[in-house]
Amino acid sequence: MDFEYTTEEQTFRKEVQDFLAENLAPKAKRDQNFMADWLKKVRDKRWVGFSWPEDVGGGGGNIMQQVILKEEMAKAKAPPLGTCMMGLAWVGPGIIQYGTEAQKQRFIPDILDSKYHWCTGYSEPNVGSDLASLQCKAVRDGDTYTINGTKIWTSLAPFADWISMLVRTDNFGSSEAKHEGITALLVKLDTPGIEVKPIENMAGGKVFAQIFFDDVKVPVENRLGDEGKGWAVTISSLANERSSIGEVTAMYEKLDTLRALVSKVTRNGRPANQDSKVRRTMGVFEAKIESMRLNGLRYLTKQIKGEPLSSETSVNKLHRADLEVSMGDFAIEILGAAGLQLHNQQDAVDRGKWANDALGWPNVVIGGGTPNIQKNIIGERILGLPKD
Amino acid sequence: MNFGFTDEQTLLRDQVRKFLDERCPSGVVRKIMADEGYRLDLWQEMAQLGWLGLAIDPEHDGVGLGWVDMLVVLEEMGRSLYPSPFISTTLAASTLSELGSEAQQKQYLPLIATGRLIASLALLDNTDCPSIDNIQLTAREENGAHILTGRKPFVADAGAAQLFLTAFRWGKQLYLGLVDREQAGVSVTPSATMDLTKRTGSLELNNVTLLSEQVIEVAPEALARIFDKGAVAVAAEMVGAAETVLTMTTEYAKDRIQFDQPIGKYQGVKHNLADMFVDIESFKSLTYYAAWTADESPEEFPKSASLAKAYASDAFAKIGIDGVQLHGAIGFTQEYDIQLYLKRSKWARPMFGDSDFHYARIAALHEAAAAADEA
Repeated sequence: MDFEYTTEEQTFRKEVQDFLAENLAPKAKRDQNFMADWLKKVRDKRWVGFSWPEDVGGGGGNIMQQVILKEEMAKAKAPPLGTCMMGLAWVGPGIIQYGTEAQKQRFIPDILDSKYHWCTGYSEPNVGSDLASLQCKAVRDGDTYTINGTKIWTSLAPFADWISMLVRTDNFGSSEAKHEGITALLVKLDTPGIEVKPIENMAGGKVFAQIFFDDVKVPVENRLGDEGKGWAVTISSLANERSSIGEVTAMYEKLDTLRALVSKVTRNGRPANQDSKVRRTMGVFEAKIESMRLNGLRYLTKQIKGEPLSSETSVNKLHRADLEVSMGDFAIEILGAAGLQLHNQQDAVDRGKWANDALGWPNVVIGGGTPNIQKNIIGERILGLPKD
Repeated sequence: MNFGFTDEQTLLRDQVRKFLDERCPSGVVRKIMADEGYRLDLWQEMAQLGWLGLAIDPEHDGVGLGWVDMLVVLEEMGRSLYPSPFISTTLAASTLSELGSEAQQKQYLPLIATGRLIASLALLDNTDCPSIDNIQLTAREENGAHILTGRKPFVADAGAAQLFLTAFRWGKQLYLGLVDREQAGVSVTPSATMDLTKRTGSLELNNVTLLSEQVIEVAPEALARIFDKGAVAVAAEMVGAAETVLTMTTEYAKDRIQFDQPIGKYQGVKHNLADMFVDIESFKSLTYYAAWTADESPEEFPKSASLAKAYASDAFAKIGIDGVQLHGAIGFTQEYDIQLYLKRSKWARPMFGDSDFHYARIAALHEAAAAADEA
């Protein structure tokens, strides 16, 4: 075991730190041009799409460089490296791996330049965790697909220009071969026949939507991968680092904020941080976050050594889900009535951050696979238990 | 960056596992449980293999490795529930190596490394928690020697040990006395717990004279470091033992048919096993890191040891119970091994501090760090 960084890695860390010292103005001093400048500068450094191959415009960063970049950005609470979140996380890697040359040239530069938002259309009203039973259908006639159906809980759809979606082109109504016959299509959201209806979540945000498709025409050139093989497109095998270092750094920041909170509020007449239950709970949070950090480093070590990584990363997803729910909930419990106030209400604490956390967690916890699904993955893929 | 083991460490793990599988399978473990709690022939074989002197300096007939190597051995011992005074003797050797005089090291370490001396720690006067506040035994002085009269309860492996590193106070200082079992005034009452793979006992001292060469003055932090090593050693055994519970219970869930299906197909069972996996992965990582900090980053060691033992204590306690419960009635039988792991989880929980102790300590460490930052 060693936790040392090589000279090259240290040099890269220094480069990132120097860049941040020079270009990350304090929040109070940021003007209206700050974000545009920031995006251009990090793009020039090739830190947007840093893990992507250089020949498509990515940074070609190796696993350790990815870890270092994420860690330093998270520590500095820097703005994101590119604002096209879904494009950078999901759509881009799919296009790089399965797309045609024309698709790569058309879409990848725009994603890297944060030109517009993408969203991903997976869930349907009756299709959630059992994604492969999706029903939204596309029928091909010559060079055109015609889509009919609906997608729901589509994050960022109210702001997106494009959707990468899964449709059924074959095996209608068959539960036997439901993974076959699914096709991935890239669809412009202003195409006639599409209606996006935002849905308000319980925290008051309107970031997801239901999308209706009524005889929507999509050219065949916008198909991603082969017809009927869309299931594979959702799972990219690009060499992304899997240490969850960015999340861990953010969770540690949150724990520090929580520690400051329990030092300034009182509980039963004395500082909350002197209460034995509070002290214990803070320790439990720290043990979980620290175990996430160290689990991540073990998985990273496997990745560096080229050993196969199975579904171990579900472990950290489960911890993250648990922490997202329980830290926000713990904070508003400690705050009592004041913890119930949202940002615009009279005595809201920390601008309503904790109340918002206590209502906002489903985004992270349910999106990308619920905890129950993560447990199925561990049970079946790692422990080898029979599928249910 | 490498949070994994070297080839040598992997080889060591394979060796220990093979040795225990062949020489100390469950049937032998049960024989030792019914007997005096360890077997001298296995102990001496381990000495020959170098495992008793693993962290002892080569100058004193040891191998000169560190706590990460020790962790590998302990994890495998936990997997097999190997009954022996290994943790006690290892901690005593480690304490002598760090704190003992050259003469003391020369006298005892070669004997330990070669399997001729079993030693243990007799630190606390009560079972509250591993804190120096629970060391009250006080010496009186007579002709330049320290005289001890009192009792140390729950001394691990008391029946097997020949040498006891006994904590006491004199004036404002803390000391460790090297008490030989054969000395005048020393008597030992061996005892057992519900976990028959782990033995205990009491050390009674009646006007026991300690000459200056039998005494080590210790700082509170040095004593805390011994407790932390104990916590990590127990946590390492917990990792191996918990993994066996998961393996045994997973196999059972694949084989046991109810309602025409293997019970592992049902989410009530499957998710319970997945929870075990998540917890084991996590306290394994914490324990590995704590073992690394023991030698390589001592300033981090108190917190990393507490995080590991706190998480492990709660998680393994639940895993022990769930392992038995998922086996149904057969898990409740004396004949089935799963219950031995439940008993081990009960034993391991309070040893060198339970989760309440360690989480409270973590809060105190944060406060101390914040106060130091301000000053």
